[in-house]
Amino acid sequence: MSGYLLEARNVTKLFPAAGKKKVHAVSDVSLQIREGETLGLVGESGCGKSTLGRLLIRLLAPTSGEVRFRGENITALKDSDFRRIRKEMQLVFQDPYASLDPRMTVRDLVAEPIETWRLCGSREEVTDRVRELLRAVNVPEEFLYRYPHQFSGGQRQRIGIARAIAADPSFIVCDEPVSALDVSVQNQILNLLRDLKTSRKLTYLFISHDLSVVRYLADRVCIMFLGKICEIGDTEEIYTRPRHPYTRFLLDAVPVPDPSVRGKEIRLLKGEPPSPADPPTGCRFRTRCPRATEKCAASEPELRYIGGVQAACYYAEEGPA
Amino acid sequence: MNEMTLEVSGLTVCYPTEKGAIFPVKDVSLKVPAGSIVGIVGESGCGKSMTARAVMGLLRSPGKVTAGKVFLCGREITALPEKERRKLRGNEMSMIFQEPMTSLNPVMKVGKQVEEAIRLHTDCSREEAKRRTLELFREVEIPEAETRLSCYPHQLSGGLRQRVMIAMAMVCRPRLLIADEPTTALDVTVEAQILKLLEHLRDAGTSVLMISHNLGVIARVCDEVYVMYAGRVVEQASTERLFEQPLHPYSRGLFRSVRSLREGCETLETIPGVVPNLLRLPQGCSFSLRCPECGEKCEKTMPELLETEPGHAVRCFRAEGGEE
Repeated sequence: MSGYLLEARNVTKLFPAAGKKKVHAVSDVSLQIREGETLGLVGESGCGKSTLGRLLIRLLAPTSGEVRFRGENITALKDSDFRRIRKEMQLVFQDPYASLDPRMTVRDLVAEPIETWRLCGSREEVTDRVRELLRAVNVPEEFLYRYPHQFSGGQRQRIGIARAIAADPSFIVCDEPVSALDVSVQNQILNLLRDLKTSRKLTYLFISHDLSVVRYLADRVCIMFLGKICEIGDTEEIYTRPRHPYTRFLLDAVPVPDPSVRGKEIRLLKGEPPSPADPPTGCRFRTRCPRATEKCAASEPELRYIGGVQAACYYAEEGPA
Repeated sequence: MNEMTLEVSGLTVCYPTEKGAIFPVKDVSLKVPAGSIVGIVGESGCGKSMTARAVMGLLRSPGKVTAGKVFLCGREITALPEKERRKLRGNEMSMIFQEPMTSLNPVMKVGKQVEEAIRLHTDCSREEAKRRTLELFREVEIPEAETRLSCYPHQLSGGLRQRVMIAMAMVCRPRLLIADEPTTALDVTVEAQILKLLEHLRDAGTSVLMISHNLGVIARVCDEVYVMYAGRVVEQASTERLFEQPLHPYSRGLFRSVRSLREGCETLETIPGVVPNLLRLPQGCSFSLRCPECGEKCEKTMPELLETEPGHAVRCFRAEGGEE
């Protein structure tokens, strides 16, 4: 046993692209998730965070590398052998409008995983279990026979969460679960996810482009840029003392709801993001990095420990550029 | 002394539905002074986008402006015939949207699309239009502008597409630019760039009406803010004033819901309940169902939008000090 619930070892995912090119969605990523912790996965669109989430729960197969669940290499398992582990891993999707079948009632939607895994005997037992799950996510029980379109976005996301926890998983990938919701509703869902984590002893991989969401939920955070990990470690530590230049840009760019900081010049990232089909040599961030030197172009910096967190930058010790 | 680029007074929009008429915008008044960025903030369905569409004259049928007036640089435009309204759009006022991909023609090169807009609004030659397009692309800071002219929309990133949209909106140097959630679909580092660009445009003489649900965005660029809820303005103040002392319980709820980057916390603040259905609005204050301070009077009567001090208006009995 490695002691981790989930572990990715040198996971790479290439997608074929036009002109025999390959898109490097995830490149040589290694990370560990401990039982009961929440790992936040942050990055901008196209950085590979959703792909990595899907690789970890074997919705995608890596091009190379392996994923281990409770020490067992699940990448090597046959589908039939993997089935018993599938139940342990669930996914909460971004769009609560698209992820629920519009022709199924709430009862049937939430009952589906219970029936798939044959967790209850009779139909009544299943319905009772559905009621219990709806209570857990604060959806009134009298809505049992309603359809998704009769609910607000927030309630739909609650139903999506009820489905995800129905088979009693130990690991849930939340892929942008609140970004389609109104601000006042987002917090309700985030609080719910946090409560469920404690009451059901869950482990989360929490994917989000919203740094404030991750700040609230994640014990540790992993920042990705163009398929690579830039920085990973304790959330508090990274938010207060970011080591990687990209993390700094990301944190600086978040608009703060305080007009008094307005005069302060915000450092803007220069240029356009490089293409994942044709990533730069060396450090992938170097074409946009104010600190980049020849060394950064010549070879790729490895993740290394700098005071408790890991960062992939040659100049991580030197503070803001 | 301060010239108004846009003045809206008592604007009401009505949509007939099978279950009765709804008013997504009800008695909305607002002003955009020349050379400023004014924000409208609120959640989905609060009427902020609908207000913008009504100002532009772009309401989707069967929606109608049933009351109120819109003045563009002092000229009343609501009563103008459609042909005249059309002349204003693009020339005097233009609009950009949340998702630039849906506003661009996917099978036409972006340079051509901007050229087309130029030729439609001016009588310049093809060559001249081409030159102007390149200028505009440079002005909105599109890197490698020349090569981007011959790109199709799908070949551009979201940020670049939004820049193309802004270039197109700026063709005739309109007096007013309405930006409807212009950065919501973009990454934070790109968002920061686009907000900077909007400030440059403001400095160059285009006033901006900015619609957003993000208080951070509002704080960064707006001079004045209107908070909308269920079709009405519930609070209005300068950005500094509103962020320092929000008075309406809804505004206060929004501010409390903001998640901090600097510190973690145990439980996030929420506003209980959901935005009400416009068909089933409560009799009194629209926010009364979710308001932690709701009193008897609030359930029965809709409060007026009243100034508590010069430049700060709020639609709440509590803030007036009338109900304790």
